[in-house]
Amino acid sequence: MASEHRLSIAGMSCAGCVASVEKALQAVNGVESASVNFAEHTAQVRGDVTVQTLIDAVKAAGYDAAELRGLDDEAEKEIAELGYYRALLRKAGVAALVGVPLFVGGMAGLLPDLLTPAGQVFWLLIGLATLGVLIYSGGHFFIGAWKALRLHNANMDTLIALGTGTAWVYSMIVAAFPATVPSLAQHAYFEAAAIIIALINFGSALEMRARGKTSEAIKRLIGLQPKTARVVRDGQEIDLSIDAIGLAETLRVRPGERIAVDGVLIEGHSTVDESMLTGEPLPATKREGDEVVAGTINLSGTFLYQSRRIGKDTVLAQIIEMVRQAQATKPAIGRLADKVAAVFVPTVLIIAVITFLAWFNLGQSLGISYAIVATMTVLIIACPCALGLATPISIMVGVGRAASLGILIRNGEALQQAGRLTTVILDKTGTVTQGKPALTQMVTYENVSEAEVLQLAASLEAVSEHPLAQAVVEAAQARELSLNPVDQFIATAGEGVSGKVLEQQIHVGNLRFMQANRIDCDMSQVDAQALADKAQTLIYVARNEKLAGLIAVADPIKPDSAKAIQRLHAIGMKIVMLTGDNQRSAEAVANQVGIDEVIAEVQPQDKGKKVAELQRQNQIVAMVGDGINDAPALAQADVGFAIGSGTDIAIESADITLMRGSLHGVADAIAISRATVRNIKQNLFGAFIYNSLGIPVAAGILYPVMGLLLNPMIAGAAMALSSVTVVSNANRLRLISLGDKP
Amino acid sequence: MTPIIVNMLGVSLIALIIYWFWLSTPRKITASETMPIEIRVKDGVYTPSYIETKKGDTIRLRFVREDPSPCAEKVIFNSLNKSLELPLNGSAEIELHPEEVGEIDFTCEMQMYRGKLIVK
Repeated sequence: MASEHRLSIAGMSCAGCVASVEKALQAVNGVESASVNFAEHTAQVRGDVTVQTLIDAVKAAGYDAAELRGLDDEAEKEIAELGYYRALLRKAGVAALVGVPLFVGGMAGLLPDLLTPAGQVFWLLIGLATLGVLIYSGGHFFIGAWKALRLHNANMDTLIALGTGTAWVYSMIVAAFPATVPSLAQHAYFEAAAIIIALINFGSALEMRARGKTSEAIKRLIGLQPKTARVVRDGQEIDLSIDAIGLAETLRVRPGERIAVDGVLIEGHSTVDESMLTGEPLPATKREGDEVVAGTINLSGTFLYQSRRIGKDTVLAQIIEMVRQAQATKPAIGRLADKVAAVFVPTVLIIAVITFLAWFNLGQSLGISYAIVATMTVLIIACPCALGLATPISIMVGVGRAASLGILIRNGEALQQAGRLTTVILDKTGTVTQGKPALTQMVTYENVSEAEVLQLAASLEAVSEHPLAQAVVEAAQARELSLNPVDQFIATAGEGVSGKVLEQQIHVGNLRFMQANRIDCDMSQVDAQALADKAQTLIYVARNEKLAGLIAVADPIKPDSAKAIQRLHAIGMKIVMLTGDNQRSAEAVANQVGIDEVIAEVQPQDKGKKVAELQRQNQIVAMVGDGINDAPALAQADVGFAIGSGTDIAIESADITLMRGSLHGVADAIAISRATVRNIKQNLFGAFIYNSLGIPVAAGILYPVMGLLLNPMIAGAAMALSSVTVVSNANRLRLISLGDKP
Repeated sequence: MTPIIVNMLGVSLIALIIYWFWLSTPRKITASETMPIEIRVKDGVYTPSYIETKKGDTIRLRFVREDPSPCAEKVIFNSLNKSLELPLNGSAEIELHPEEVGEIDFTCEMQMYRGKLIVK
């Protein structure tokens, strides 16, 4: 079947390019027509072909392409769901209109006797009215059951159709030919059939309402995507639908607006609130060259940016896709329920036949009537839906709750494993620490001020690209110190730099560099030792061959690392640090945040082996790292956590991705995972118990002991409520507490 | 006489249930690499629901959803950890490349809609 695809094409500069792209697209097997619009940089393709094949063909021709497609229209979906919800309520209402007066009249003894001619006519008319109910309110059950039967399948519709159908056929036989059944069995069950249909439709409507809440996380994410954006084309700013924005277009964003597609800032600067994606409360500063992502909010300035990823390729769309995929997977805990659900309905059918035969053979004079009632009740009370829903509905809410905190869980298996963890291994740089050196402390000598030392050092270091030099320059900028021009700049690799600033000879570097330049550093010995003990890297600054000060630089520990590790300890985790750094630096950091064990000086390629060693000690191990350097260790661990800061994280790299750069995400993920698994167990337990108690009671197992035979209408109510209960229990996960946070 | 007939009917019915739902399979549709298989999602069933393919083939399944029930909105390939969102009155396609011989179930979340991909 042919379908239409729209692509955005980047890299076309002339009419010749248009011809090349068109030719490349038309050459793809299955393409019926392809036309390229140069002005819009788009291509319209028709054919029986996948979008990816088309994109590959364009790329092979030397251009870039992406699918032009907005996210799903939630509003349309909601309208359709509301229509269905109302239809269910209408069907329930019509069925109740027939069933309830019959039930009440029967209880009050107001209905005519079946054995009188007038009574027989009355009951036959009621039978026809009930048939109308079965067709209007319950027709979908009968059609579903018939279609499933033809496909050798049996489902919930089968049970409802058989249960109510049996009640109606038996009642019609009683009404039409009362003499054919024993006098004690001369009872019609039209009211039961109608009320069961009413209850099940009403239950489905309630379930639908409750299920709407379970997908709120996805709806919230989809809601982040703006529908339009302001595009600059030929010098004009125009508002365009998001579907019409191509690659490499220039877009303007004003304060308070959401960013429409992913791109790179090309003019202006601003702060951007990324909390809706990352959970990170502090706004991110954006300057020229920085990436901005769709769905985040521009807070302060106006800026221009160029689109780099559109449609399904944006970070937001990928997050939505990942959450959707994860919500549809099931952990091992749900497999038993799956196996049971697969054979459930035919098994219930067999039990129903056995129930009928048992009552027929052993029920004496009541036999046929009770056999019908018990068979109908068994069919109606059995609820495969509660079993089938128990796992996926909790996963859906759990994964959604995690996503709202910036925690992306890859699948149900990762979710279940995270709840069983015993040990959490943390990489140091970028995980416990911020991963970026920063000035932490200064000491000055010879009455020189800190600002002066920093200004001199920064003026010289501004020329260098060394990470330590950048830390000095950033510190000077943060204090709004102006940098001075440098003459006679000389860099000595691995040691330091020198040059003339404001006619003064300045040396900036390590101790060896100072000694090589015969600068006396004896006065700094005590300070230097104290700072080195705290794993600080020292930069010496000398003016005119005299030591002016020490600048201590370190990779600062994230402000909430210690508190997050405390939380992990509180839930019984052993915390291990695994790092390539030297033992002394690693221990200095570990002591400050309360890590239990340090494994230092490990090469990246050996990290996986260390994880395996811990696993051999029967530990269930999580590895938390940056997702790129730690990839082998993340893969080896039972659960790999990729920790990022902001939206630049590689989403594909781990079992669980923490969009927010905080270790609290690990504790939150474990808490959500444990709560979700507990919720699944409650649901499964409830569903198994419900069916394994409900079915025997419905079959009449209590009758010989207590004289109790369940009313089929009660069975209908129980069945309708059982799935609502499962969904409501899962909804509780949206509100669970995750424990202490700062 | 009647009880014997009723009991015989009951036992036959049980045998029929076992045969129809567990021992026999519906007609299979064979999927090939060239054309996608269109599966209608309507009235609580996938039609066709039994699809046969060869190991190593890349096949496409296009689900066309006409059923408004929320149960119909997702198709889950549990063993592959894949799922597909189905827009109402629209279609969605999934590409599969089964590399092992066996059976791949596809179901709705509650396992009431059921289908099978048989890889030979």
